[in-house]
Amino acid sequence: MDSYDLLFGGGRWWIPLSEGALTTVTIAASGFVLGAIFGSALALMRLGGNAVARRLADIYTTTLRGIPDLLVIYLLYFGGSGALGLIGGFFGATGFIGIPTFATGALALGVVSAAYQAEVFRGAFKAIARGELEAGRACGMSGPAMFRRIVAPQALRFALPGLGNVWQLILKETALISVVGLVELMRAAQVGAGSTRQPFLFYLSAFVLYLVITSISGRLFARAEAICARPYRRA
Amino acid sequence: MTLMTSTRQNEPSAMPLPNDERPKKIEIEGLRKSFGKIEVLKGISLEACQGDVVAILGASGSGKSTLLRCLNFLETPDAGTLSICGERITMPASAKGRMIQVDRQTLIRIRTRAAMVFQSFNLWSHMTVLENVIEAPIQVQRRPRAVCVAEAEAVLARVGLAEKRHTYPAMLSGGQQQRVAIARALAMRPEVLLFDEPTSALDPELVGEVLTVMRSLADEGRTMLVVTHEMGFARHVSSRTVFLHQGLVEEEGPSADVFANPKSERFRQFIRRIEV
Ligand SMILES: Nc1ncnc2c1ncn2[C@@H]1O[C@H](COP(=O)(O)OP(=O)(O)OP(=O)(O)O)[C@@H](O)[C@H]1O
Ligand SMILES: [Mg+2]
Repeated sequence: MDSYDLLFGGGRWWIPLSEGALTTVTIAASGFVLGAIFGSALALMRLGGNAVARRLADIYTTTLRGIPDLLVIYLLYFGGSGALGLIGGFFGATGFIGIPTFATGALALGVVSAAYQAEVFRGAFKAIARGELEAGRACGMSGPAMFRRIVAPQALRFALPGLGNVWQLILKETALISVVGLVELMRAAQVGAGSTRQPFLFYLSAFVLYLVITSISGRLFARAEAICARPYRRA
Repeated sequence: MTLMTSTRQNEPSAMPLPNDERPKKIEIEGLRKSFGKIEVLKGISLEACQGDVVAILGASGSGKSTLLRCLNFLETPDAGTLSICGERITMPASAKGRMIQVDRQTLIRIRTRAAMVFQSFNLWSHMTVLENVIEAPIQVQRRPRAVCVAEAEAVLARVGLAEKRHTYPAMLSGGQQQRVAIARALAMRPEVLLFDEPTSALDPELVGEVLTVMRSLADEGRTMLVVTHEMGFARHVSSRTVFLHQGLVEEEGPSADVFANPKSERFRQFIRRIEV
């Protein structure tokens, strides 16, 4: 079979490859959202008045940015499995219990990217003009109202470029999750390469698919940035 | 009598208008405020009745902004009594900078009745001019949107910016931004307007358009407290002038009197220095 046949003809390898690509995008998006939630909580801790919370968030961000992501994935996977094993043993089960790889992967991506997103959000908050918050206070807005009406929309706008970078980072990290058995794009390419003995073809296909994903998402981020930047453009 | 200070409290005969029946909008008694060890306001007392335009003068660091910011609790005073548009609050006597708790509803009433205009405009940059103006009426005062929009368009027309309503602040000149900020303050239907050096951040050629709006507000009988370095405004527009020096009222009275016969040597020097 030639390359075309392998992929699109009788081989039908385009199906597992695009399923892998879809998994990559889904898990990256899940990790990104989780990371945004943890990350904004961390950013609030770092900006807040509580010294203990600030210190804890500080330790979290420096630690998580310093250790290899692969280690986080292993720790979560085997830690989670170990915990499940303990519980399972309690009910009479024996042996290793695997935990859902997608959930572990998304959680790992969230935990790691939270450290980066926290920094992005903190910087974005600091970019908001203090006077605008004061104007909100001066006309009687409550803290939550100011957050909703003034802080959040502007912080999001200032965070977009940084968030775009974090997103690209997460996309790459998804490949690491194949180590716990999740069949995402990288793993799908490996499987195809192994069973057809045409590694270059499959890795090249993966390359093209990654390129498509990054360029589409990059374009979406650029578009969002342009829309959000509109109010700030001078005449 | 429209405004009195601690220096005059024991001289009722000095009051020019003893039968003044206008309601008092602002009464300040013995206001004190420290930042850390530095006492910035050392016992300020003054009053403003409806329709008064009070110019607050003083050298840099004399406490003008702090005084204004205490009036709507952007700063929490340490001691003294404040009556702002009918809300009377006595601060704890301790000078420790302890937070007093003004309940939220009272705070909203004070802040919407005494609206603030800042030196640096502080418009919300992600909102259009119209959105800036309707924000507090809708979000804080909870008035119906349609009414707020109609009123916003009226106040924008009033400051000469009706056609800019869908523009973002970044596209406007400083003078235009400050006029939007004035419209934003007016949209809350305030009883008192507080201005903190509204023209100090402007290029000289843009000062006039803002002063013109302020003069028209004065002419329609608005109650205004205006921290300013514009001597022309103090002399010719304000009804009363207060001169602060190191956290105390050094000179005050009807603007015409104060400028014609300054009693304080410091104020005399201040005028001479600024007007040269
Ligand atoms: N938040 C603050 N923390 C500490 N010190 C402050 C604070 N705000 C004001 N001060 C100090 O209080 C003093 C009076 O400040 P204020 O801003 O009231 O003066 P001002 O008369 O408005 O001066 P300017 O003409 O420069 O605006 C200054 O010495 C200032 O440094
Ligand atoms: Mg000031």
